[in-house]
Amino acid sequence: MVPELGQVALVLALILAVVQSVAPLWGSYTGNRVLMSLAKPAVTGQLVFAAVAFGALTYAFVTHDFSVAFVAGHSNSELPMFYRFGAVWGGHEGSLLLWILVLAIWSVLVAVFSRQMPERFVARVLGVLGVVAVGFLSFTLFTSNPFDRLIPAPVDGQDLNPILQDPALMFHPPLLYIGYVGFAVAFAFAIAALLEGRIDAAWARWTRPWTTAAWLFLTLGISLGSWWAYYELGWGGWWFWDPVENASFLPWLVGTALIHSLAVTEKRGLFKSWTLLLAISAFSLSLLGTFLVRSGILVSVHAFAADPSRGMYILAFMGIVVTVALALYAWRAPSMASDAGFKPLSRETFLLANNILLVIATLLILLGTLYPLFMDALNLGKISVGPPYFDLAFMIPMFPLMLLIGIGLHTMWRQTPSTPVWRKLRIPALAALVIGIPMPLFFYGTAGALTVLGSILAFWVMITAVIDLLPRVGPARLTRSHIGMCVAHFGLGVLILGVTFVSSYDLEVDRAGIPGQPVDLAGYEFTLLGTRGVQGPNFDAIEAEIEVSRDGEFVTTLYPQKRVYRVQRDPITQTAIGGGWRRELLVSMGEPLGDGAWSLRIQYKPLVRYIWLGTIFMALGGVIAISDRRYRLARRRETEPATTGSAPAAAGGQG
Amino acid sequence: MTPTRKRRLVMVTALVAGVGLATTLALRAFQENMLYFYSPTEFVELGVPAERTIRVGGLVADGSVRRAPGSMTIEFLVTDHAYTVPVSYTGVLPDLFREGQGVVARGRIGDNGVFVAENLMAKHDENYMPPEVAQALHAGKMRAIERAQQGFPAETESNNGAAVADDSGHAGSSYSGGY
Repeated sequence: MVPELGQVALVLALILAVVQSVAPLWGSYTGNRVLMSLAKPAVTGQLVFAAVAFGALTYAFVTHDFSVAFVAGHSNSELPMFYRFGAVWGGHEGSLLLWILVLAIWSVLVAVFSRQMPERFVARVLGVLGVVAVGFLSFTLFTSNPFDRLIPAPVDGQDLNPILQDPALMFHPPLLYIGYVGFAVAFAFAIAALLEGRIDAAWARWTRPWTTAAWLFLTLGISLGSWWAYYELGWGGWWFWDPVENASFLPWLVGTALIHSLAVTEKRGLFKSWTLLLAISAFSLSLLGTFLVRSGILVSVHAFAADPSRGMYILAFMGIVVTVALALYAWRAPSMASDAGFKPLSRETFLLANNILLVIATLLILLGTLYPLFMDALNLGKISVGPPYFDLAFMIPMFPLMLLIGIGLHTMWRQTPSTPVWRKLRIPALAALVIGIPMPLFFYGTAGALTVLGSILAFWVMITAVIDLLPRVGPARLTRSHIGMCVAHFGLGVLILGVTFVSSYDLEVDRAGIPGQPVDLAGYEFTLLGTRGVQGPNFDAIEAEIEVSRDGEFVTTLYPQKRVYRVQRDPITQTAIGGGWRRELLVSMGEPLGDGAWSLRIQYKPLVRYIWLGTIFMALGGVIAISDRRYRLARRRETEPATTGSAPAAAGGQG
Repeated sequence: MTPTRKRRLVMVTALVAGVGLATTLALRAFQENMLYFYSPTEFVELGVPAERTIRVGGLVADGSVRRAPGSMTIEFLVTDHAYTVPVSYTGVLPDLFREGQGVVARGRIGDNGVFVAENLMAKHDENYMPPEVAQALHAGKMRAIERAQQGFPAETESNNGAAVADDSGHAGSSYSGGY
């Protein structure tokens, strides 16, 4: 009964989404205020029904209703209660339902927080969001219905993939989807601006907090996914350049460019059409990511069971959305040229460089991700592109970007005299050199050129971000958005520090662990003491006890496991991690080698935690920036020309 | 030429040069890191470059996994039902590595014709088969039938592999090559 309720709710949500897309857009052209005013009730209703559908599916999981095919495929009577909630998005159909719910939440938030925007503009934004909702609701209903029944119902379910049975399942997909889908809002704002044929500072000011919010959730989602892969998959890598990782990273890169471009559009009325193009691209890449993950054409750790008809639907939907958006852009954007100029040494130049470099990074990663698909589609052979390409291709634009960040922060809009910038930056530059060069040499003995460069740039980015908060160096009046920017850039520096050191100095060995005989790695001795059987709620495991010591002194004891989940019967490696801020030690079990010996993978990861710490700072910076007062002030000045944007908050470099 | 124009010209030239250099570097890295996928049939019939890292995928042949006691090195055969490729690998195996399951090995061909894998990938969903492997198996089966029709008896095949005209999809124990 409840699944049918969910089914009906989904159909009603689709009907309301159709109303939400057609009525306000139609009304916005005929000037019909009644039609336009339908948008808000329609979007609210859509959220209610999407939530009912989501609740119905959750209910089916909690009560073990295995007559629902999706539940039978992704749960089991032994599955702990905690994971039954996460299992809702543990497969294709349920994750689409999550997509829909998240989109409805974003849409309602837009409807609620849009009071200061003109009625017609809001109607168009909600209309565009409605079109996106129609696409995904019909996709779900027609190709991937989560409420399909199995007749006769199986006695028990096939269980949730054991690798997903981890607390991270509760947070990684929702955070990622909130980010992905959040770019739909920026997209809707861009399309609405194109329909209006006008874009000004007010538009940029409305768009900025939404974009930053989507970006910060995507940041956290990607970061959590990276951490999950690091400890769960047992490989110890924090980034694999896996196509699905790339699929989430591409919108992030373009979203980052968009945040910076929006700043210029708000403060100086420049880069208008470029900003619109980035907003369209960020969401298009989100759709591309959905297509890549959901169509199953990828060889990836994330690619679960696939269905070509689903892939075709998303491809068609993406094709229509992108084509229409770009056609509209080509038609309307040329009329939005801006005429204000700026000097080579100005904040605009640095933000332009930021955008160019981020777009180059995006294109290079896109090339490596999509090229194998094209080759395959054209029957030119099956290839994949190895991580070394991505490492190098990504570094090329990133090194100059990191260098320019530090300078750009301390420049002013329009033009900056070069002497004060140099005077302000020479001490940070010296500090970055003095700390950055010896650090790898002192702690690790040797250092390659790239390591030293990475280390210097990490400190350069951190120091230049922090000093901008100091009195007499930073702006006279610190706004929240300025503080947020500095915190996020500081986080980026922390992230680079972690990436540089873990990529340069991590060590890994696969070795036979014989009881009582220590294995040496990076000055640590790992001794297998023995193994024993343990039982979890729905799995049996063999647990090894491994004592770690350094120079004869006890450091820690690690307990890696080899689990076999009772339903799916596949072995799963549970890596044990000896945590720490200076290094992490990972041990995972391979196979028994006889006589109590096991093959072990032992890894040493210096400073790896700073990668995730850095992303937390970045997201925190986003939160602080959104809380800036000027986004919340009730304003009716939407006719304000972009070129006279509020100057005081803009002048970050006026020290 | 006015100073402004001159400055602009210098900036544009520097930009073009930088982008050009970056593109060259990136494309070279791209070329070097393109990993071709070979099915066992392609591996045997077309041959593989000796100096290049490639990927070979198929099923781990039943009964083919061998490990010296206490050793970290295993040897096994990868099959697509038409041919087999001997593979050796040293290290911890992926969780789902098992006889009769799909596997993709990345590595190079060694001196003795054994493919030395530096990395093995076995999928972590038991119902899922990498598209490349699924296609390789399908093509391999077709090839095996074709060869059987042409009258190639399985045993007289090349040293590198054995044709198996077994429609059940199970290669059984009729391997000849490799060891």
